[in-house]
Amino acid sequence: MANGIIIYIEHLKGIISDISFEILGAARKIADDTGMTLYAVLAGKTVDSLLPGLGKADLVITIEDDSLEMPNPEAIADILNDVGSAKGITLFMVGGTNVSSGIGAILSSKQKIPLINLCKNVRHENGCILATNQLFGGKIFSEIKIEDSKGVFCIYPGSYKSEAGKSDKFPQTEKFDYKPKVSKIKFNKIIEPDLSDVDISKEDILVSVGRGIGNKDNISLAEELVAVLGGAVSASRPVIDQGWLPLNRQVGKSGMIVKPKLYLALGISGAPEHVEGMKDSSLIVAINKDPAAPIFNFAHYGLCADIEDIVPVLTESIRNKKG
Amino acid sequence: MNIVVLLKMVPDVVEELKIGDDFKSLDSDWLRYILSESDEHALEQAIILKEKYGGTITAVAPEAPEVDDALYSALAKGADRVVKIKGEWDIYRAPGLAFVFTRFIEINNLLGEHTLILSGSQAIDDLEGELVYYLAERLGLPGCCVVTSVQYNSDGNSITLLKEFSAGLRGEFEVSLPAVIGIQAAENPPRYIPIAKIRSIMKTQKIEEIEIPLEGVPPGIAIEKLFEPVGLERAEFLEGNPEEVSRRLVEIFSEKGII
Amino acid sequence: MDPVSIYIFGIPAYTLLWVITLISLFFFVKRAYKIVRILKKARPESRFDNFSSRIMNFVKFVLGQQKLFNEKAIGLPHFLFFWGFVFYATSFWWNLIRGLFPFLPIPYADEVPVVGTILEISGVLVLLSIIIAVSRRLFFRPEHLQKSFDAGIILSLIAILMITLILGQGFKNTQEATVWSPVGAQVASFFGAMEHSKAVSLYNLMWWIHIVSVLFFLAYIPYSKHLHLLTSPVNVFLLNEDIPQSLDIKNAPEEITQGSSQWNEFTWKQIFQTLTCAECGRCDRVCPALNSGYKLSPRSILHEMKINLYDTAFKNIDAEKADKQLIGDYISEEELWQCTTCMACMERCAVLNEHLTSIIQMRRYLVGQGNIEATVQDMLQKMTRYGNSFGQSERNRAKWTAGLDFKIKDARKEEVEYLWITGDYAAFDVRVMNLTQATARIFNCAGLDFGILYEAEKNSGNDVRRIGEEGLFEFLKDKNTQILEKTKFRYIVTTDPHTYNTIKNEYHLNNADRTNGNAIKVFHYTEVIDQLIKNSKLKINKFLNQTATYHDPCYLGRYNGIYEPPRSILKTIGVKVVEMPRNRNQSYCCGAGGGRIWMEDKTQIKERPSESRIKEAVALKDVSTFVVACPKDIAMFTDAIKTTGQEEKLVVKDIAELVWESVATV
Repeated sequence: MANGIIIYIEHLKGIISDISFEILGAARKIADDTGMTLYAVLAGKTVDSLLPGLGKADLVITIEDDSLEMPNPEAIADILNDVGSAKGITLFMVGGTNVSSGIGAILSSKQKIPLINLCKNVRHENGCILATNQLFGGKIFSEIKIEDSKGVFCIYPGSYKSEAGKSDKFPQTEKFDYKPKVSKIKFNKIIEPDLSDVDISKEDILVSVGRGIGNKDNISLAEELVAVLGGAVSASRPVIDQGWLPLNRQVGKSGMIVKPKLYLALGISGAPEHVEGMKDSSLIVAINKDPAAPIFNFAHYGLCADIEDIVPVLTESIRNKKG
Repeated sequence: MNIVVLLKMVPDVVEELKIGDDFKSLDSDWLRYILSESDEHALEQAIILKEKYGGTITAVAPEAPEVDDALYSALAKGADRVVKIKGEWDIYRAPGLAFVFTRFIEINNLLGEHTLILSGSQAIDDLEGELVYYLAERLGLPGCCVVTSVQYNSDGNSITLLKEFSAGLRGEFEVSLPAVIGIQAAENPPRYIPIAKIRSIMKTQKIEEIEIPLEGVPPGIAIEKLFEPVGLERAEFLEGNPEEVSRRLVEIFSEKGII
Repeated sequence: MDPVSIYIFGIPAYTLLWVITLISLFFFVKRAYKIVRILKKARPESRFDNFSSRIMNFVKFVLGQQKLFNEKAIGLPHFLFFWGFVFYATSFWWNLIRGLFPFLPIPYADEVPVVGTILEISGVLVLLSIIIAVSRRLFFRPEHLQKSFDAGIILSLIAILMITLILGQGFKNTQEATVWSPVGAQVASFFGAMEHSKAVSLYNLMWWIHIVSVLFFLAYIPYSKHLHLLTSPVNVFLLNEDIPQSLDIKNAPEEITQGSSQWNEFTWKQIFQTLTCAECGRCDRVCPALNSGYKLSPRSILHEMKINLYDTAFKNIDAEKADKQLIGDYISEEELWQCTTCMACMERCAVLNEHLTSIIQMRRYLVGQGNIEATVQDMLQKMTRYGNSFGQSERNRAKWTAGLDFKIKDARKEEVEYLWITGDYAAFDVRVMNLTQATARIFNCAGLDFGILYEAEKNSGNDVRRIGEEGLFEFLKDKNTQILEKTKFRYIVTTDPHTYNTIKNEYHLNNADRTNGNAIKVFHYTEVIDQLIKNSKLKINKFLNQTATYHDPCYLGRYNGIYEPPRSILKTIGVKVVEMPRNRNQSYCCGAGGGRIWMEDKTQIKERPSESRIKEAVALKDVSTFVVACPKDIAMFTDAIKTTGQEEKLVVKDIAELVWESVATV
């Protein structure tokens, strides 16, 4: 086995992303199983405020530079490449998020090592690193075996509990020298979502609609339900792309990460990009016509039915209950 | 302003996916192929840019079942030239495709000062990551994925784009041309082309077919096995007519203190 | 007393008559010539085949005025108007010829005893009719009947004609009374004794006012909406009876399928019919879209096409481009998409206009421009790829058979007598699947030799074609035809009336080795079940003893005239049918046809057609079941019952469900 594993700590707007803790937890386990050292790379304009909580890493390698204000995949891949070369390590783990997208592919090109994407589960077994990946929208899983500890693993967000990667311990740190290159990609600005009417990430109840609702008229069924149940209407990507609901209602990879007390998924198939945004909800109830829809693998309660049949009746029942 | 759109067919998940006897690939008897959803958006974004700023569009795709339909449809939508790269592509994923597309772009001398290369941000079978970045590395160009809007800047040498992060946040970036951009969603949903138009295109226009020598192409990483996600924790299914089910749901909601 | 043998302003009167006649004919011919030139510049289509049935239609709808009688208040008055007009026109030409050629040894029409009598009496009746017509416009104006300047002119003219006639006869009668002139005698008695010369000059004055008015009328007609007086009889003759059941346009150029956005892209018949519209508003009064508060009015579609024609072709026949666009400036896209293609307008139209073909021509154009709303676009994409509007895998098409305890024959593999084409809704919609199973059980129970095509069946394309996606229709039709040609069967039976319509009327299936070159018979499942009952193949075990109402689906009833089999089935199984006021050919559309089922209501409307229909049913006494025979109706009316809050009073049932209830022994 190699002597170490390098992970990238993703952060945006001064907050460490959940994915970083997921990876910290997963990599910690592998490091413990194999006796490898776990290095976490933390890069940014200033990173000191982010250090507490990263105690699961054996060593946090920090890089500070004004050019790193925004996470630029090119630069991060460069840094990981340099750190890897410096430490003689060829095993990396990064997040499969929008923010980190590209780091893996660029790093894999530079290091001439394979990239294994869409990983749900990376583990050590009999001297090999094994990864389970979710392909085809979560309908088929694959297993990949790496025998020589060479590879970049992209972890699909939501694959691990982030708690396992959290720690109160202040980590050991080491500064790394990095000379920024001229980038052909210039960051202009961040555009905040318009949350003037609703911030779905703050709602206790979300009634969420997906492609399976059929047509725009049926959104009113969800709205009527919300009117008696409370909360707000949210949606998966296809509904937003159709223009049926505004962008600030989107749950998932590109949209909001939500953790309501109740997440009622209507006609949502449960593609990984969506599940990423809602899997931590306290109670998930899914209604879908297709019994094979992946959403039923995440929901606590499932209902195989037509939205148009069930939702009006449910609305009525709740209205009666509430009096 | 020339645009090259890289397209790829992927298994259609509307159809049932069955695992083949080797447990390493999908059973081809059950497979149907469809243009990768984000590639469809990349093509739409290219057409939108052409309508706004002019230029020519070259769409290229590796050979796959039903790829001709996708390419004719691209012509009908407004692509100027469509090319099919002959060969068997099953084993090649993003790194291999990046190699082939790079060769294609070089052979055809497509890389001009203002060339924009568009492709889908990610496909459902991108086991080895996104094509866009591999290609950007090979061509030495800037690359960016998860893009939902592209505008040419007035200087003509760069583009401004919106990239999606998470939690509804988006970043605005300026990228100098030529560049490789991965589209997540076009500014408008992909347009519908009447069948008659596609049929008449089929009669009047041709798909170019070329072969690219495959020496040096990196093969994909080996899959140990494929399996269906069974044995996961499944939801507890509620059964009965709408009234019964609703009653049960109301009970559950009450127990959890939601209502 | 010869009104042309006098001198007027020192000119021989008959010369003057020549001059006036020629002026009048000049204006008439000028306009007629222009219209013919315009029609020749429009796209061709064949409208002169089947001569005998065209003559029959002429007799029925022109001479018999059949369509006019479906609105009672105007039926008889218009019948009298029409025949009065024919009679007057004949006697006018007679008088005119006599006046132009004074040497002819014939009397004037009114001088012939019986003719004069009829002219007089009908003159009085026409005057009375005018009073009805005027008061209808002024005091009891039906909805959608437009008050117009044109109508005012024409009614005044007719009144003048009648008054001059009657007064003229009166003046004549002051000199010599005959028994053949009862009205004239009455009027004469009112005038009392009159000098001969005064009576003659007053008579002549009346004669001249009369004839000049008619000649003015003749010149004026082709410039007014009353052109329909001349064009509508021709329009009736031009009727193609298979429209709109079939949207094939015979012998039209290929481009016609790309749709029309300006006058010369329509066929000459589609242009011509805009000139036949009398703007009576019948179509508007029955249109489910208009009556639900949508913008669409079938009358104004044709009217706006005509106004556009006036603004373009009539002004400059050779102009390449118009400043104002037919679609956009005259007719909005919105209106075009609001049509459910229910055919009520065409069924009602007194001059047999084909509103639907024009609407679909314009839809075809919009589709060609990619100008389709997102939900329809999504459906078309699914249809193209998967052959069904649900976007499901073709392999799922026969999934509904899973709940049956017998296996349905695979018609691709073995010969069957009846090939059953279910259509998408019956196969994929979870609300309808159990009804499809009921039908299968009935067929099975009756020992019917039937089979299905399993995943080889594709959507028949009826609605796709009516949306205007002609290419996709052809594609689907080709695919289905290919498989049908390989399949061995005698008859086709369908569940969906829309599928029924297109396969019956647009597929033109015939297979020489199977049916000696005859067209393959296509049945709706209600027809088959009715026959099975009548032939005692299907045994009724239980009378249901219910009272219900039956909704005629547009594509089964109005389109294909199947009204009785469902009613006869219901009677046999002990269901008493109470008819809704709008039944059979006047049935009211559920709002799903013509692709509407995939469209959204963008604007606030009064009530959906399906809601209006449910209210109509709820008002019936003792009716608690709403029986349908179309899978789309199940979806539409189940919703409407919920939105109108009538769940307690009414349930929607498919006829197959009821039949199975009375057939099943357990």
